Amino acid sequence: MSGTVFGLLGAALVGIGLFGMLVRAQPLMRIVCFNLLGSGVFLVFGAVARRGAGAGFAADPVPQAIILTGLVVAFAATTLAVALVLRLADDEDEAPR
Amino acid sequence: MTVWLALDLLLAAGSLALAFGVVRARRVFTAIALFIAHGLLLTLAWVRLDAVDVALTEGAIGAGLSGVLLLAARHRLARVGAGRVAEAPGRAVTIAIGLGCAAVTAALGYAVLALPDPAPSLAAEVAASLAATELGNPVTGVLMVFRGLDTLLEAAVLVLAVIGVWSLAPDRAWRGAPGAPWTVVEDGPLALLARLLPPVGIVVAVHILWVGADAPGGKFQAGAILAAMGLLAWLAGLARVPPTASRPMRATVAAGPALFIAVGLAGLMFQGAFLAYPEGLVKPVILLVEFVLTASVAAALALLVLGPPSADARP
Repeated sequence: MSGTVFGLLGAALVGIGLFGMLVRAQPLMRIVCFNLLGSGVFLVFGAVARRGAGAGFAADPVPQAIILTGLVVAFAATTLAVALVLRLADDEDEAPR
Repeated sequence: MTVWLALDLLLAAGSLALAFGVVRARRVFTAIALFIAHGLLLTLAWVRLDAVDVALTEGAIGAGLSGVLLLAARHRLARVGAGRVAEAPGRAVTIAIGLGCAAVTAALGYAVLALPDPAPSLAAEVAASLAATELGNPVTGVLMVFRGLDTLLEAAVLVLAVIGVWSLAPDRAWRGAPGAPWTVVEDGPLALLARLLPPVGIVVAVHILWVGADAPGGKFQAGAILAAMGLLAWLAGLARVPPTASRPMRATVAAGPALFIAVGLAGLMFQGAFLAYPEGLVKPVILLVEFVLTASVAAALALLVLGPPSADARP
C-alpha cells in the first residue's frame, strides 16, 4: 500500500516540479523545481522497489542502489547549475562598468 | 494497518502541500525553506518505503547539503543582483503548461497503478548471490559488487563535478580558496554548535560507514555527514579550506575513484573481469574501497557546496 501511495505522490511531484521549472523565471527557482521533479522520479522508482519486495528483503535492493546513485548525481548536477547561475550573475553585474 | 495507511496519506499530503508552496512561493528564500522541509518529509517517506539507505542519503544530501547550497546561492544573488531574469510566461501559456504537466502526472499515475502483478524483482537473485560477497546489507552488495560499475562512474562524476565547478572561477580568483568570503559570527548558536557537533558527527559518520556492510549506511551517507561537519566548522570560522592548488586536497578528492579503478583493473588482470574481486578477500577489498571513497566523497561534497574560488573581497 505504501508503494502505491508514494508512487502516486511521485507522479504528482514530477508534474508540479515540471510546471515550476517552466513557469518560474528566476534561475534559482528553476533549480529548486528541477530537484522537486527529480525527487518525484526517485519516488516512483522507490514504489517499484517496494513492490519488488521478496526473498526476505522488505524492498528490491537493486532499484534502491540505483536511487542512491541517482541522488548523488542529481546533487552534483545541482551544484554545477548553481555555480553557473552565480557566475552568470557575477558577469552581468560587472558588464556595465 | 490503517494507522500506517493514515500516516502514509498524511506524509503524502504534507509533501504535496509543500511542493505546491515551493512552486507558488513569491520569494526564492521561502521556496528554498519549503523545499528543505519537503526533503525532510521525503526522508520519512523513504523510511515508510523500507528504503532506509535512501532515507539516510535523502536526509543528508537532498535536504541538508542542497539546502545549504541553495540558501548560500540566494544570499549571494541578493548581493550581486539576480542577473537577467527571463520573462514569466503569460496567463494563456501558463494554463497550457499546467494542462501539459497535469497530463504527465496522470500518465505517470496510471503507470504506477498499472504496474504488473506480481512485480518483477531482482531481490531473489541478490539474496542468492549475497553470501558470496560476505556482506549483510543487500544495497551495499548491489552498490559495490553487482552494480559496481555504476558506483565507480558515480564516484567519477563527483570528481568531474568538482573540476566543473572550479573551472567556473574567475581568472583572478583561480588558485584561491574555494567558497565566497563569509562574515564569521564569533558567538551565538553557530559558534557553539560548530564546536559541539563535529566530534559527535564524526563518530556517527564512522559508525554509519562501518555498519554499512551489514546494515543501512555506507560511504555516501557517511561522506555527506563528514562534509556537513566540515562545512559547519568552516561557517563558524574554525576551519580553513586549502586553496584549489593544494595537492593533498586534490589527491583526497581523486583517491577514492582512482583506487576503485585500480581494483577494477586488478580484477581484469587476475580474475578475468573488470571489478572482479579476489576470492577470499572480497570483504576486505570492498571495505578498503569504501573507506577511501568516503574520504573522497566527503571532500568532493564539501567542495561542491563551497563552490568555486571567489574574487570577492572579505565583507
